[in-house]
Amino acid sequence: MKVDSSEAVYAGMMDAGIDFTVSVPCVNLRAVLEMVDADPGIMHVPVTREEEGFGVAAGAHMAGRTTAILMQNSGLGNSVNVLASLYSLYHIPITMIVSHRGTEGEFMEAQVPMGRATEDILRILEIPFITPRSPDEARKSIVEFTETSIRMGKPVAVLLDVSYW
Amino acid sequence: MYPTGDIMLERIEAIERITGALKDELVVCNLGFPSRELYSIRDSPRHFYMLGSMGMASSIGLGLALSQERRVVVLDGDGSILMNLGGLVTAAAQSPENLIIVLLDNRCYATTGSQCTYADVIDLGAVAESMGFNVIRFTDELDFERALKMDGPVFAHVPVKPGNADVPVIDLDAEEIIERFIKEVQGATED
Repeated sequence: MKVDSSEAVYAGMMDAGIDFTVSVPCVNLRAVLEMVDADPGIMHVPVTREEEGFGVAAGAHMAGRTTAILMQNSGLGNSVNVLASLYSLYHIPITMIVSHRGTEGEFMEAQVPMGRATEDILRILEIPFITPRSPDEARKSIVEFTETSIRMGKPVAVLLDVSYW
Repeated sequence: MYPTGDIMLERIEAIERITGALKDELVVCNLGFPSRELYSIRDSPRHFYMLGSMGMASSIGLGLALSQERRVVVLDGDGSILMNLGGLVTAAAQSPENLIIVLLDNRCYATTGSQCTYADVIDLGAVAESMGFNVIRFTDELDFERALKMDGPVFAHVPVKPGNADVPVIDLDAEEIIERFIKEVQGATED
């Protein structure tokens, strides 16, 4: 059976042992959010803004959870300070699963400027990232990057371009 | 109308009374002078001192409260609460029973030179009440035991005088602060 793109993301989260996720929705993450919500093994906290979500996940990490954030790349701009002065400062891990809008195939012009800025912002913040091209690659990347995140004590990002879905 | 008590404490006195009433609770303390004041009164591995990321105290407290059973007391300020009012909405909606958010309300950004916040004209206790928090207002005597006896999530509104105590910076680095706190939270025993 061919693994669907959303199922692969969810399966990657399960394989990685992620048991706590915060989220701000993106239309491309709709199916993943439904899967996470239906799973009693993962605590899901929808938040009002990505920055706040990083705060909530940091608290969960301190209590031993393996954490993720499901977000759109627009929310990266809302989160630069928390990523620097909480995550980087205290060496806190988190797996950022990011719908990367404004990439090839984007239908909404307004998404393009932040889409272009996303990778450079991650580089400046020294957050390792990967852009998987297939569901299989996405599933593996989420596992590998989560391991890296925990080992290095820093956030990592898995960018899911418009063409991924 | 802003609820001003006849007897308003200095913030450091309020922190001393509040933490003096605590036993096993975890404490997340807002950045700047509040953390310095707490550290100078009493230090503990049960304290998480924020050094940056203004506004995140209530959110960190929420994540902790949802992920383990011990009670979490967040010492927050009006400027920080206003910077992340959405976080208060999330905390109220998630509604963990083991969360107490304490607003040390001096109606200004004391750490940066006492510029006024809008807490001067907006009653943040009433805002929290409208969100669904069980609100207690300490406008006269600060007997924090009363807040500890309430059903959570609790929002304790504590008006304090503007200004900072003359206390030194925290001589722990970020890694020390979080490592010993994690050990405390996760119940690691002897090393």
